[in-house]
Amino acid sequence: MNDMLDITFWQLLSAYVFIVILLVIVRWRKIPREKEILIASIRMTLQLVLVGYLLTYVFENVHVVYSIAILVVMEVFAVHNIFSRSKLALSRELKKVIALSMVTGTLVTIIYFDFIVIHFSPWYDPRYLIPIAGMIIGNSMTGITLGVSSLVEGFKSNKHLVESALMLGATPNVASKKIVNHAFDSAILPTINSMVGMGIVFLPGMMTGVILSGASPLDAIKYQIAIMLGVTGSVSLTVILFLYFGYKTFFNKEAQMKN
Amino acid sequence: MFIIKSLNYKDILQIRNVEIHTGKVTTLFGESGSGKSTLLKLLNRLISPDQGTLLYENKPIGEFDPVLLRREVVMLSQAPAIFEGSVRDNLLIGLKFSEKESVTDNKLLKILKEMKLKKGLDDEADKLSGGEKQRIALARVLLMEAKAYLIDEPTSALDEDTEKRVMDYFIEHSKAKSKTIVMVTHSREIAQRYSDQILDMKNINQKRSLSV
Repeated sequence: MNDMLDITFWQLLSAYVFIVILLVIVRWRKIPREKEILIASIRMTLQLVLVGYLLTYVFENVHVVYSIAILVVMEVFAVHNIFSRSKLALSRELKKVIALSMVTGTLVTIIYFDFIVIHFSPWYDPRYLIPIAGMIIGNSMTGITLGVSSLVEGFKSNKHLVESALMLGATPNVASKKIVNHAFDSAILPTINSMVGMGIVFLPGMMTGVILSGASPLDAIKYQIAIMLGVTGSVSLTVILFLYFGYKTFFNKEAQMKN
Repeated sequence: MFIIKSLNYKDILQIRNVEIHTGKVTTLFGESGSGKSTLLKLLNRLISPDQGTLLYENKPIGEFDPVLLRREVVMLSQAPAIFEGSVRDNLLIGLKFSEKESVTDNKLLKILKEMKLKKGLDDEADKLSGGEKQRIALARVLLMEAKAYLIDEPTSALDEDTEKRVMDYFIEHSKAKSKTIVMVTHSREIAQRYSDQILDMKNINQKRSLSV
């Protein structure tokens, strides 16, 4: 699988011309974004270089502890990212629910993939585990983020309707049904849309990678289909877990709305 | 039906001793900000007192399941809640929420007529005027046949004539079935016309008199 062309240092450097063009345009249009663009390109470069060395090391020294440590870092980063991307304040309880559903939902999917769909061995082989876990965790993170903002926003703007439903003797579950369903919908819609566009609108990164590394497109799509299904499963699972436990954090034991 | 003793809620309510009788119309009268709506919410257990005793049928209200209690003691909020869907959906939603049996279209049409609403059951509820929404919300709780109704300014958006007719029907219908009614109003006329007991917030709420 090693018939991929090598990119020389100078060739890689020449690709930064796109950033230079962007900087020129931004300066010309007087859009105050130069700093962000510079920081973003530098971060991207540094992070990838680091990951490159890290993965090289981990691939050459396969060990269960390394694989698990990377998995833990990915989960922690993902959960942290969900918290920081929410524009509305999240309660402690809701944060706990986010973390738990994120970890449970993605781990279940990763384990299923690991032992049934691809079944690589050893089960902690980083060459498979890390990219697959990365895609599953990353997509679930995006899904939950959307679900969180839809749920919090929904309770905020429909407070009166939820409270009125309670007044009429609705259980908290029934009173928040609309909000929860809407949150689920907005959380999984992007995943469904990306399945629709798959292969026509864009070639997903994973498939591109597999093809570039010299594998046949038919092998590449098999992986892509499996991953896409796994991503859909994981997004649904994490979002359902999050919503099922998350809506309850808006009510207290007396079936009253909090503040 | 309700007995309140030395009850405190935040810095809004401080009530020494109030009794609300079964089968009677009790009116909470007072200006805005006097704690009327807060008191109604306490009776519906939508909020809980910080201190003091609140008995429902001679037992502390906290001993009841809050959801089941609200199905017996139904509350109508000041701003009418209109849910997505038709007039029919909105009339029936109280029964649905409280897991009670649905009723026929005939019964719905009859109650629309009593409420002086010239609307079809399939009309979109969202398009109704403020006064029409208020009457839908009132009809909705009436259909629930609860033991007690807590109604918060149920007719504030209606003209005097419609207000009188709608309230006449509501009170008559409820009294015939010996329901308990606790009503919030700032209209002295309404208070005097329908009440068996008028509770003036000025007299029962110590907090209020302190803060003024």
